[in-house]
Amino acid sequence: MSMSDGPKPLQTSKSAQGTAEAESHGVPPGSSAAVARPRRTFGAWSDKWREMPRTKQWLVLLPVVVLAFLLPLMDIPLITTEPGNDWPLACQAMAIFALVAVGLNIVIGYAGLLDLGYIAFFAVGSYTAAMLTSPDSAFIKIPYLWTIPVAIAVSMFVGVLLGLPTLRLRGDYLAIVTLGFGEIVRILATLIPAMKGQPGFQNVGHPPGVGDDGVPVFANNNGTPWYWLTLVILIIILFLVGNMERSRVGRAWIAIREDEDAAETMGVPTFKYKVWAFALGAGVGGLAGAIMGGQVGFVNNQKFDVVTSILFVAAVVLGGSGNKVGAIVGGALVAYIPLRFTAIAEYKFLIFGVALIIIMIYRAQGLVPARQRLLAYGTKAYADVKRKYGKASHRADTTPQSTAEGASS
Amino acid sequence: MIPSILLAAPPTSDWITLDFAALAQNFWSATFDGLTFGSIYALVALGYTLVYGVLNLINFAHSEVFIMGCFGVWFTLSFLGFGPSNPNLAVGAIVINLLLALIVGILASALTAFILERVAYRPLRKRNAPRLVFLITAIGASFTIQYLIYVWRGAVPEQALTMFKVTPIFEVFGTYIYNDQLLIVTAAVIMMIITERFISKSRTGRGIRAVAQDPDTATLMGVNKEKIIITTFVIGGVLAGAAALFYTMKIPSGVVYNGGFILGIKAFAAAVLGGIGNVRGALLGGLLLGLIGNYGQILLGNSQWTDVVAFLVLVLVLLLRPQGILGTSLGRSKA
Repeated sequence: MSMSDGPKPLQTSKSAQGTAEAESHGVPPGSSAAVARPRRTFGAWSDKWREMPRTKQWLVLLPVVVLAFLLPLMDIPLITTEPGNDWPLACQAMAIFALVAVGLNIVIGYAGLLDLGYIAFFAVGSYTAAMLTSPDSAFIKIPYLWTIPVAIAVSMFVGVLLGLPTLRLRGDYLAIVTLGFGEIVRILATLIPAMKGQPGFQNVGHPPGVGDDGVPVFANNNGTPWYWLTLVILIIILFLVGNMERSRVGRAWIAIREDEDAAETMGVPTFKYKVWAFALGAGVGGLAGAIMGGQVGFVNNQKFDVVTSILFVAAVVLGGSGNKVGAIVGGALVAYIPLRFTAIAEYKFLIFGVALIIIMIYRAQGLVPARQRLLAYGTKAYADVKRKYGKASHRADTTPQSTAEGASS
Repeated sequence: MIPSILLAAPPTSDWITLDFAALAQNFWSATFDGLTFGSIYALVALGYTLVYGVLNLINFAHSEVFIMGCFGVWFTLSFLGFGPSNPNLAVGAIVINLLLALIVGILASALTAFILERVAYRPLRKRNAPRLVFLITAIGASFTIQYLIYVWRGAVPEQALTMFKVTPIFEVFGTYIYNDQLLIVTAAVIMMIITERFISKSRTGRGIRAVAQDPDTATLMGVNKEKIIITTFVIGGVLAGAAALFYTMKIPSGVVYNGGFILGIKAFAAAVLGGIGNVRGALLGGLLLGLIGNYGQILLGNSQWTDVVAFLVLVLVLLLRPQGILGTSLGRSKA
């Protein structure tokens, strides 16, 4: 940790988070600001993106969204998972994982709470959907689409229930407690007769609609409509999360992640906002679980193991913790790679393990690194300052831009 | 809508029952068995606690250090001709064979810990990586080792081995104490005492405590930080290797690629329970967790409850005493 080592050449690609830590070890802010400009692969793009007005951003995004919607219809050679895995279903799996990663990103990426048991909320969502629609369940039945809000509500409730006692603990303890909780949910699914253990629930409901040939539109093996549904939900969630990120809540999360004591001292009710992050993350996890349950049509206790939970964390970290785009990329990749390379499915965890080590050593910020905008209007101020002073403001230490840079991760 | 859901819920069947009669009847046997498992947890927990004390890092891959030891023990014993049935050997021969297995297990674990530290953690330390990065790397290392074993040995547990005939030795409170229980608890406690003495008295132990307290100052005082860190990992590995022998003795079917995972989580829970970074805390936490898990299992009537009960107790203890029962003492006090 001794700073006499000084910045090594490798630090250009080193995480800005590391720099933030280095700063806390007593390096004058000025000198670290010079170090704090790591070369980023997407740096030029994200700079341009930030400077665009909102409407223009929309115009650029539109073709991307259209392309995303067309994805299951385009069976591009080399990219496709066929033969072996149905391509629309693979798209659906990628969308689900992306949704999960976006939800977990709230907890890990924004608030900096290491939740290793996120699968628990996913399971709660799946079970809620299954128990309220499957004929195997003794509960009352409601239409599938209604189970989605119920699943969100139940998962959020469970999130608060778990968060209230555990969020007073610091990071490492939280990790182990959530990990244990993930296991407990799985074991309870085995032990409680109403949750039916391994036999599970067959014929979980799906959205209404029957095609011309009499087959339901949302059949289990028909990935495309499910993918579109998931994508719409994902986009809605991205809106909400994006607004949340720019709001008071989002700023509080980032403050907590960077330095909980400092945040508390500055008047941020850290515990409250941590519970918020936990509950919202849980809600998204439950939502993803409900969709997954409906699409697969079968829910039992075998699907919710801790290993999958850790894969979720891997997805967030791989993509770039704290970045929505990164979470989507990471989630989609984690789902895609084993489906594409079925031959190496046996080695998937081995490859993930090695990849995690290598990425953490050489690219700790993930594939799409986050650059936090601490202030809601910081984006605009940043662009204004940059336009006014040009590129030279990069190295100026007193401009708002570099202040934000120094304080962010 | 919600009340109607609740009304429609089936009457709770007896999936959770509190069988106090069974607990009272089996109290002492549950205690002795709990202490046996507890000492195994404690040995593994020491590895977590020492590394955490020195590096402030949850060595998530320590469970794989442990399982490598199990495989070391298993291969040695199979090579020496042990099988599922009781070995037809004299006591002396068994002792020598077990000692050999112990040494191989310790070597396997310590070597894994050494490689782990060099390949995964050391490059991160050189880069001043933030703590989350360490933890994710640890998870990555854990996956790597686990699935290396998986690719090599498959998902089926290795053939169960019996090391010696389990016989009752003497009777306490109307309950037999078996030779394996006595052996495991005694050996574990002796190893713990040696470790405790080593940490508090020896020159290396002083170095470990110094680095735990303040790595920079320790370096200035002439402590070789890198050497201390690698030593800490190796000590953790040695204890895990010993635990591996006892674990294989107690649960012969446990030698499988992911067999260390849950045990690792429990051992870490034990370390946290006793106060992470605290050597005596690991012993206390391990024994407590073993006892609680066993009592809970008998009280609730299903072995699956062991983990649930253990974790609930961990959460409760952390709520009341976030620093663990004995508090943290190896290094600086941690919030």
